[in-house]
Amino acid sequence: MSTTLLIIIGIAAVAVMYFIGIYNGLVRARNEAKNGWSQIDVQLKRRHDLIPNLVETVKGYAGHEKETLEAVINARNGAVSANGPAEAGAAEGILGAALGKLFALSEAYPDLKANQNFMSLQEELSSTENKIGFARQAYNDAATRYNNKREVFPANLISGGFEEAELFEIEEAAQREVPDVKF
Amino acid sequence: MWEQIRSNRRRSAFIVTAMGVLLVAMGMAIPGAFGAGMDGMLMGGGLSLGLWLILWMVTVNQGDDIMLRIAGARQIEKSDHPILFNIVEEMTIAAQLPNMPRVFIVDDPSPNAFAAGRDPTKATVAVTTGLLRILDRDELQGVIAHEIGHIKNQDVKLITTAGVMVGAIVILAELGLRAMWYSGGGMRRSRTSSDRDGGQAVIMIVAILLMVLAPILAQLIYFALSRKREYLADASGAMYTRYPEGLASALEKLSGTTQPLTDESRVTTPMYIVRPLKAGQSIKATSAFSTHPPIADRVRILRSMDGGAGLAAYDAAYQQVRGRRVVGLHALEESQPVALRGAADSAGMRSAVERHREASDAFLTASGYGVRACTECSAKVKVPPSLADRVTQCPRCNGALGPPD
Repeated sequence: MSTTLLIIIGIAAVAVMYFIGIYNGLVRARNEAKNGWSQIDVQLKRRHDLIPNLVETVKGYAGHEKETLEAVINARNGAVSANGPAEAGAAEGILGAALGKLFALSEAYPDLKANQNFMSLQEELSSTENKIGFARQAYNDAATRYNNKREVFPANLISGGFEEAELFEIEEAAQREVPDVKF
Repeated sequence: MWEQIRSNRRRSAFIVTAMGVLLVAMGMAIPGAFGAGMDGMLMGGGLSLGLWLILWMVTVNQGDDIMLRIAGARQIEKSDHPILFNIVEEMTIAAQLPNMPRVFIVDDPSPNAFAAGRDPTKATVAVTTGLLRILDRDELQGVIAHEIGHIKNQDVKLITTAGVMVGAIVILAELGLRAMWYSGGGMRRSRTSSDRDGGQAVIMIVAILLMVLAPILAQLIYFALSRKREYLADASGAMYTRYPEGLASALEKLSGTTQPLTDESRVTTPMYIVRPLKAGQSIKATSAFSTHPPIADRVRILRSMDGGAGLAAYDAAYQQVRGRRVVGLHALEESQPVALRGAADSAGMRSAVERHREASDAFLTASGYGVRACTECSAKVKVPPSLADRVTQCPRCNGALGPPD
């Protein structure tokens, strides 16, 4: 009687330990994904902070290009208020396209292009974009690892409290929207 | 690069041990050659052992600083050269290093770059002003990615260890050889006057052999370390930038240079991305003892990567060009395919003159020069720290200079 009880207690203890292990693994994976996201978030904030400066600088040389400037400002505001990786990805795509138009437009203003402030802002923005791109890979890898971990059996029995991580994909609006070139 | 990291750890340990044995052997052989008895030889051995311990500790704690000192490098801030700094930051993120390496500039017209450090948490990348002058952003990114690859694969610790150890041995052996040269007469006398000459002669021969061989041996160990590592750092570089063409075109530009590096010490040679030139040498001449693989091959491999930018793509391209594999199996298994990307926007391109000025300014401000604008004309005067109080007038219009930037 008491041996059966001991065996049952033993098995229960092993099972509990096993699930504790799985739980801790899930927490670790979730933290890795969170950490990856915070890396991207830092860069996104930096990008958003740079844009008002850029708009001010461009206004001084090409103030009448209101439409493009407003598109950039609106896209930036949309990106600032975006929540979570999926939403941010879509908003950043729109922002990227608007910025691309702004830089294409700057080609027509040699004075603006030669402006020291404009040049350094351009370098900062393109570098920030690169950093977002490089951090995205790491985040998506970590998020996928985490998602796989929480879905496989038997982890799925206890992963109810673990929300699925969204992937961060920037929609490259510029690629679909090929600009008209007229000669 | 799991295999590479493990092999680097093993080799570092091996070098430290081998150098210790070599040092002790030399320490015992040199007094032996001068006719000192067993006591003298033991003392020499003990001294060498002490020296080796000191060397080891210095290497572990300050190896990178020593190498940077030898190369004449200065640390820069972001404001000194934003583009270089940004690129290092980008590659730190791409390689997922725990923290950003320190950035140094070497004032040298010869284009080159190197990495140093103890481990990925405490590392350094350094580039010459010549490199900043001739490369565009994508190419510079390729070079930095290659150096970050060395840091990530933990090559830097091995190179730094080997550098400090080999440097010490070369110096000691030269000292011993010279001491022997000048006291040659004394040895001949001792040979005729005693009956120990048999043993004495043997010790003497061993001593001479050791002293002649030590630097060669050290150099050989050194050379054996470098070549595969360069390919693997290229593979990492391509993976981090996702743009192998950047590094390929940078290497091509570097191979076109005829500018010798001012820092010619043998100790720092294996650190650089391409072999530093000695005056009157062409970079294309490589020998079996060369520390670096031929650049033409490295470029060809990078340009043959068509399936992607990951390690597997590099391995396939390497096999195509050189007929063998280079990336370890474990590393290949763990690696994921990485998509290639296009060249950076040409909008941010700077002219050669701008690059030239940026490179020199970065080194000067890092060296403590004050940049002072003239209040009358548009001139900007860079004043060395030692003359900060004495230069007050603009050399162009004699107007007063403003305060340093």
